[in-house]
Amino acid sequence: MLTQKDYTSPYTPTWCPGCGNYSIYPATKMALAQLGIEPHQVAMAFDIGCSSNGANYWHLYSFHSIHGRSLPVAVGIKLANHDLHVIADAGDGGAFGEGMSHFVHTCRSNINITYLVHDNHLYSLTQGQASPTSMKGMKTKSTPYGIIDQSFNPLATAIINGATFVAQAFSADIPGMTEIIKQAIQHRGFAYVNILQLCPTFNKVNTLEWYKQRLYKLSEVGHDPKDYSKAVGVATQANDKLPLGIIYQVQKPIYEDGIPTLAQMPLVKRPVTSIDVSESLKSYS
Amino acid sequence: MTQNNFNWKIGGEAGYGIMSAGAMFSRAMLRAGQFVFDYTEYPSLIRGGHNTYEVSVSPDPIFGVRRPIHILVALNRATIDYQKIELSPNAIVIFNSDNTKAEASEFAKEAVVIGIPMEKLSIDSGAERVGRNTVALGASFAACGVPFDRLKEIIELNFSLKKKDGKVAEVNIKAAKAGYEHIRQKLQNNSPFQLKIQDNPGRLLMSGNDALSWGAIKAGCNFYSGYPMTPSTSILHVFAAQAPKYSMVVKHTEDEITAICAAIGAGYTGVRSMTATSGGGFALMVEALGMAGMVEVPLVIVESMRPGPSTGMPTWTGQEDLKFVLSASQGEFPRVVVAPGDVEQSYQYIQQAFNIAEEFQTPVVVMMDKYLGSSHKWVNPKELKNEPIKRGMIVHEKDLKTDEPYLRYLDTVNGVSPRTLPGTKGGMHIANSDEHNEKSFTEEDASERARMMDKRFKKEAAIAKNLPNPELEGEKNADLTLITWGSAKGPVQEAIHVLKLEGKKVNMLQIVFISPFPTEKVQEVMKKAKKIAIVENNKTGQLAGWLREQTGLAPDYKILKYDGRPFFAHELVETIKELL
Repeated sequence: MLTQKDYTSPYTPTWCPGCGNYSIYPATKMALAQLGIEPHQVAMAFDIGCSSNGANYWHLYSFHSIHGRSLPVAVGIKLANHDLHVIADAGDGGAFGEGMSHFVHTCRSNINITYLVHDNHLYSLTQGQASPTSMKGMKTKSTPYGIIDQSFNPLATAIINGATFVAQAFSADIPGMTEIIKQAIQHRGFAYVNILQLCPTFNKVNTLEWYKQRLYKLSEVGHDPKDYSKAVGVATQANDKLPLGIIYQVQKPIYEDGIPTLAQMPLVKRPVTSIDVSESLKSYS
Repeated sequence: MTQNNFNWKIGGEAGYGIMSAGAMFSRAMLRAGQFVFDYTEYPSLIRGGHNTYEVSVSPDPIFGVRRPIHILVALNRATIDYQKIELSPNAIVIFNSDNTKAEASEFAKEAVVIGIPMEKLSIDSGAERVGRNTVALGASFAACGVPFDRLKEIIELNFSLKKKDGKVAEVNIKAAKAGYEHIRQKLQNNSPFQLKIQDNPGRLLMSGNDALSWGAIKAGCNFYSGYPMTPSTSILHVFAAQAPKYSMVVKHTEDEITAICAAIGAGYTGVRSMTATSGGGFALMVEALGMAGMVEVPLVIVESMRPGPSTGMPTWTGQEDLKFVLSASQGEFPRVVVAPGDVEQSYQYIQQAFNIAEEFQTPVVVMMDKYLGSSHKWVNPKELKNEPIKRGMIVHEKDLKTDEPYLRYLDTVNGVSPRTLPGTKGGMHIANSDEHNEKSFTEEDASERARMMDKRFKKEAAIAKNLPNPELEGEKNADLTLITWGSAKGPVQEAIHVLKLEGKKVNMLQIVFISPFPTEKVQEVMKKAKKIAIVENNKTGQLAGWLREQTGLAPDYKILKYDGRPFFAHELVETIKELL
């Protein structure tokens, strides 16, 4: 029987008291444990940021990459060894700032990867600047007179660009979050979970109270995640209503299905041997 | 007077079929048993502009494109205007009289100038106007005295490869024949070129990019992620086409950042992976290059140079990115930079690149450029060297001790830490782009930081020991030693050959592995040499600067060219004579 402990390193976390990461990672570990996925079967690609420093607190194959690039690293890992459960993990800064194009294109690919985004609406490791998901008008260290831009909508972006599993969780709801992450890992295709995360140190706007007034569970309103139009509707609601649960989920061929080489075995299982190319070279005469 | 070697050039607007006509001519000459080297010049656009394709043909081995041009085929007036200065006095100039006016008085007295109504002959043959390049090919074959059957075979092959129906080949053969007969009658079978036509003794015609791609396949490269950028793009094309047959995953990614990160992800799992780009794309890859160095993942990157900075001249050649590649990335880590100088070396050194990347778990950059990557050269397949595969230290589950934690970044004698691949039970670790300790946890302690830097740099010393030294080629007691790298090798070889015939003693040192630098060997050569000139395709003498940094020694002269064109042997010969 696997437990959280099996995925946990001896390293002590360095997050602030009350940080959402203290619940997001345990929920992820519980999800893996409940699914019976052993630590060595998981490769997890981390970004740079508060959440991604969590690479140190895991006991599995973690890849602590660079800012914005957890997805492309995860894509390479998955295509090379699709026997691994591959999870990419990033904050909203890396995911939607530097990593925006990777997000959109990975949705399009529908590769069989789980993508967990810790969305606290701020850059917190650099001490509280505006992120793409920060709300318009919000005053931060980089926008002392208020944010001018419209905030980015990752949920709708994921749905309309081909992600086949799009969900939202809340860092203060551990059981709900665990269930969603479990389903995301089990989903065959690109599964994106936006995790609304509390940052008590820097985000004094999107507080627990603020969320409590806006969050609602999709399971309680009879939402059908297979319905594309309804999913887009839920994802594009005004900010005074924030859905939790699976917004959109469909089964479609995954990227790997389109590569004949991957049909028989993972790429890494093919022996690396000197290939005889002499016959092929004759076409150059 | 007859001669058995010649340089042919065809030119016209983009869209006139210059590239396909040139490729067919080049291949036909190879198949007629000749040694061939070809070279193209074209702007970065699809229609209009000025395209040329030139082919140097010789009964003896040839290592670079040669000038002057003996046969010029002008599909438009611009070809005459631009290429006139490249002609030999006795050149045959064949022009398209349907759109071009030219007079014999414009050329040297000995030149033969013939107009052909290329478009009319093409339309009359049923090939519409687009068949004018085929008429031009027919004319070219008559001009160099090669039997028509040799061309017919190539046209049939060309259209069968393009999967066109037989009728297309038939009308094109008719168009070619019309061009052929037109010139044959004008020259009355008196072509000044008399080739010894024979069947091809098994030679191939390959570009550096072709050879590099096949070398990578040979070495078991199973993963390629890339983004198109001239002049590296044909590498992506070869892999994309061969992926099913050779069990590869080939991904055209959204940008170069994903290209390199995905290749790193794949390399981390234990698959041999690579990416290729040009300078602009490499600029985007730089941060991830450092990541590969820090997390110690094997990675092969091809950087195929073109003149910069910025967009520069996308379809032209240069060797301007050496210092960029040598120092790309914040911070310091050991890297290998290898620069093949010809097609055969492209095939060989890409294989070594994979071995070094895996044995030493660090990025290897292979420097190519437009001239080397895109020009086709004759190849004797027996001279394509195969390197045995060396994968370095991979730890399997059975090798792991259950009572001790696995140390991913174990500090060893040569700095190489045996790696586990994801999926290995008990081998979990962090591939950590933060500075880390042996256990792979993020670590900022002063002594641990210094220790890990030292560990990584021990690999550099170990790699250096492993690399072959450069060797002097040619005269032992030369009056001048030419030091060069990359694609400048071929023109230097050609120039030395010409100078030797004139009794001049010049030799060459080609530096293939530029980092780690073969300091002792180069110092030894430089100290013994009477005079040294460095030859490279850039403005500032980048290898000369690196050489000075590594050896404390400077060449006496720098022969530099930075106009977007490769070195031509005849220019080098003139420059070198002034130095002797």
